Amino acid sequence: MLKIAGKTLLAAAVLALASPAAAQDTIKMGGLATLEGAFAAPGQDSIRGIRMALEEHKYTAGGKKIELITGSSDASPASAIRATRKLVEQDGVKVMIGPLSGSEGLAVKDYAKTQPNVTFINGTSAAQDTTLRNPAPNFFRFSTEGAQWMAGLGEYAYKVKKYRKVAVLAEDYSFPYTQVFGFLEPFCRLGGKAPVDARFWVPIGNKDYSSVIAALPDDVDAIYVALGGADAINFLSQYQQAGGELPLIAGSITVDQTVLGSKGKIRKTVIGTPSAGPISDTWDDPRWKAFVAQYKKMFAGKGGFPSPSLFAHGYYINTKAALLALDKVKGDLSDGGKKFRAALSSLKFETPTGMVSLDERRNAIADIFLTEVVEGPDGNLVNKTIKVVSQVSQTFGVPYKEFLKYGQVSRTNPPCK
Amino acid sequence: MPGASGKANAYPLGINPAFLLAAVFLIAYPLFASDFFTFQIGAYSLILGTIALSLTMLAGYGGMVSIAQMTVAGFAAYIMAILGTNSVGVMGLGWPWWLTAVLAILGAALLSTFIGAIAARTEGIYTIMITLAIAVAFFYFVRQNYQIFNGFTGFAGIKPPTLFGVYWRDPTPFYYLTLAIAAFFYFAVLYGARSSFGLGLQAVRDNPRRVRALGINVFLHRVVAYFYAGIIAGTAGVLLVWFNGRVSPGIVGVDMAIDILVIAVVGGMRAPIGPFLGAIAFVLLENFAIDLIDRERFNTVIGLAFLLVVLFSPDGLLGIWRRMESRIRLPRANVRWGGRANRGDWHPAGSPERT
Amino acid sequence: MQRRTILILGIVLLTAALLWMIFAVWPGWLIDAIGRKKTFVNTLLNGITLGGLYFLVASGFTLVFGLMRNVNLAHGSMYLLGGYIGYEVAEATGNWFFGLAVAFLVIAVSGIALQVAIFRRMQGDELRQTLVTIGISIIAADLMLAVWTGTTYQFDTPEALYGAVVLPVISVIKSSGAPVFIKYPMYRLAVLGVAAVVGIGLWLFLNRTRIGMMIRAGVNDREMLAASGVNVHFIFALVFAIGAGLAGFAGVVGGTALSIAPGEDIRYLLASLVVVIVGGLGSVTGAAIGALLIGLAEQFGLAYFPTYGVVLTFLIMVGVLAIRPQGIMGTR
Repeated sequence: MLKIAGKTLLAAAVLALASPAAAQDTIKMGGLATLEGAFAAPGQDSIRGIRMALEEHKYTAGGKKIELITGSSDASPASAIRATRKLVEQDGVKVMIGPLSGSEGLAVKDYAKTQPNVTFINGTSAAQDTTLRNPAPNFFRFSTEGAQWMAGLGEYAYKVKKYRKVAVLAEDYSFPYTQVFGFLEPFCRLGGKAPVDARFWVPIGNKDYSSVIAALPDDVDAIYVALGGADAINFLSQYQQAGGELPLIAGSITVDQTVLGSKGKIRKTVIGTPSAGPISDTWDDPRWKAFVAQYKKMFAGKGGFPSPSLFAHGYYINTKAALLALDKVKGDLSDGGKKFRAALSSLKFETPTGMVSLDERRNAIADIFLTEVVEGPDGNLVNKTIKVVSQVSQTFGVPYKEFLKYGQVSRTNPPCK
Repeated sequence: MPGASGKANAYPLGINPAFLLAAVFLIAYPLFASDFFTFQIGAYSLILGTIALSLTMLAGYGGMVSIAQMTVAGFAAYIMAILGTNSVGVMGLGWPWWLTAVLAILGAALLSTFIGAIAARTEGIYTIMITLAIAVAFFYFVRQNYQIFNGFTGFAGIKPPTLFGVYWRDPTPFYYLTLAIAAFFYFAVLYGARSSFGLGLQAVRDNPRRVRALGINVFLHRVVAYFYAGIIAGTAGVLLVWFNGRVSPGIVGVDMAIDILVIAVVGGMRAPIGPFLGAIAFVLLENFAIDLIDRERFNTVIGLAFLLVVLFSPDGLLGIWRRMESRIRLPRANVRWGGRANRGDWHPAGSPERT
Repeated sequence: MQRRTILILGIVLLTAALLWMIFAVWPGWLIDAIGRKKTFVNTLLNGITLGGLYFLVASGFTLVFGLMRNVNLAHGSMYLLGGYIGYEVAEATGNWFFGLAVAFLVIAVSGIALQVAIFRRMQGDELRQTLVTIGISIIAADLMLAVWTGTTYQFDTPEALYGAVVLPVISVIKSSGAPVFIKYPMYRLAVLGVAAVVGIGLWLFLNRTRIGMMIRAGVNDREMLAASGVNVHFIFALVFAIGAGLAGFAGVVGGTALSIAPGEDIRYLLASLVVVIVGGLGSVTGAAIGALLIGLAEQFGLAYFPTYGVVLTFLIMVGVLAIRPQGIMGTR
């Protein structure tokens, strides 16, 4: 161990001496994702997204070679900062892509303010405040965030499904708060009810939902569920086993492919469940189909998922934006990236999921997909695209000052009495 | 790094040349190291080393392996955010930095004393189990409590003060701050071990029943040790929150708690320099393992290193160093390291009593 | 005697009140005070069944400690590995019960391997054993993540055990006068049954068989047992096999009730730790009491105050430690 450490120290010292001179014809790009711990699988798919964009550009942009250096966090903000600091201060990257999760994003945004000459572009982190309040001038998000992902779902539940009163079941941290906010805000504005005492916030990682299921009220039209991964599978199968009969409305990661493709007995419960998010697996559009085909070509049989996850998608879009802007400025970052960031701000480009541009706080305006779980032709469960909600902004079209009055996302926002 | 019992006079001027060399290196380090190496490698190693030092003190001298040392440090970090200033808009009472720092350290020491009072009623391996359970309980509590601890999100924007015209978060000043504090506690533990309290604690470790028969209050000795360990870990916790600029439940999670144990054990629990060696190795691996091996299996590497050390070199890196040294200079090394009694059995006290 | 009478009287009263709360139709004031009866009864049952699951995991842990003073902190890893192996076998053969049996056997063998390779070589050095098992669990968790990834696995519950049963307990009487009965998942009742069978089996094994007698003798005085000509190594390996096997067994049972995913190892290790700390290390009866207490605390916490429910468990632990450091059934 000592030996490894010594070698590393030596190697690092050499690197530290060598780095300023070598960077003439290459641009160092950092890619940060969760490559360890329980989020390792999404983290790997994120790196696949970066590599797809780089491959498309043959690892060159603006006439310069792009060198990708990866960093890894364990999804905690402190580790994300340490990995970012290493990439920026030690490896000397000028363009950062990442991170993956919400609280990491907030931390990286804060760190970005201390590195004004480095440009930070989001991965898939989807916390509202990363760009909404106190944004960093050098942090860009070409992927959308958790509240935006819910666009159209509240109206759909109220107008089409005719639900008037819902209960809420969600994990107890900021991402579900953001999703609940995004869903309830329009739903309640239309007249829907979701009393605060019918909102159940369970600790993340909870496996046994039987008592929560028993405590769910009977006098509601539906349950809005924002749980992710294992938690979602556990809840859905236990709900079905307990004979639960209320219809569900789902958050963006509650009925995604990882949940629908699992072995759990959830079929009866989830069919017909509406949801919304930044991608739709079955979208019948040539751009999306080409993206999926490319993903399969590169990663099928090499550890890739059957279809790109929203992590691959988000990292792809953000990397793509960086490369397009680098092309525009001919790879010139000699002014501390000023021109590059100006190019990013005014960038508007076609992605596999439609047109993307930025608002004045550098957050994406993009299309959101309203979906519903159906039984596919071969009997498996898939999300069918019901509607594409076009060009959703972070403030849902409300003026910025007005939107801030809605307050920060929390367990009780909106109150919705 | 003379042994705890200090037969150091064998060297000219009474100072081990290796020790002098290390001191000069540590003081001159920021002159040739980059900001990154000064801050993220140097200062961070010293902070983790200091937290692990508090564990080494409890385990090495007191025979009490507490998994909750990271919890104590994290509690101090939280107090800094709650009573001081943060940018989240929850709590942040805005008290002056020196007052919050003192209260944070005292609060951590009290928490440590409380943990000690629960754990010290039992002995041996019970301590690991109970402190592990307490650590997890604290983690769940801060993650779920939004009124005081701001739950899952935690706090951000916690900054050290600007004092004497120096911003203490800048790499070089911050490094010297951590170095000074780490050195202070290093010597405190080194010389504290020879005080009557330190000797009493080691006696409690080696044979609590005999010590009790001598009329010494075993329980009190242990709890006081937890109090001191709390001061060390709490001070490191203040540095940690200044280093990170933020604190969230992840900092007091099981992973971090186990990391501290790994650092202490891999470094070696026999002398207060051990945890610092362990911390340097750990931080270097954490930062650069991704350049050498697949980062995905980082935990396997850490776990293997830990396992190998526990299986084959119970004294950790320190033990390896000592064996190399004793091969070169056999007689003296033996004298220096033989000072502490019961070399073979570094397991905690109480086991003879329980069987 | 006086104290005992009061204790017994208290228990009888409490049981009567509980039975009334389960079977009577609740009056309005009670519903106003603590909510619907359905929630209460379901939570109660959930607590008891979760306690059963915890007992399955913790009984092995406490058995190993009771005899050999070995704290096996890799116990949680054995739970998780048992779950994964059981899943693979059940998938391959299409038979859940086969998966259960193989998980028990494979983990039992791995337990013997651990006992022979690690614990036997370090007998008496408790802290080192504990640290070694921490190291093993760190590596095991990472390797399992490599093999089975971060995905969640759920078993196909055997058909006979799937679905909900209607209990002869009335939840509310509808305005039409028709009673509404409480439904409860069949499988969870089965978990409770299995835990009871295992508990009684262990008790009979320890109290009514020759080997059980030897084990109990070993718990009291290991040296004397060895001196009286018993093959202690065999006894140790056997107990370790049973303890580990139970963890693997619980992995399949628990994985079917809930699911298996990374992180479950730590969860069940902690549950075992708290259960045996509360119940008293080394006592199987204590493990049963502790498991029941912790299971109930966790479920009532989740249903009635979800935010701090998790903390309740640990408050119980600290409370027990403050009053009886050796645990409810522990002996000094």
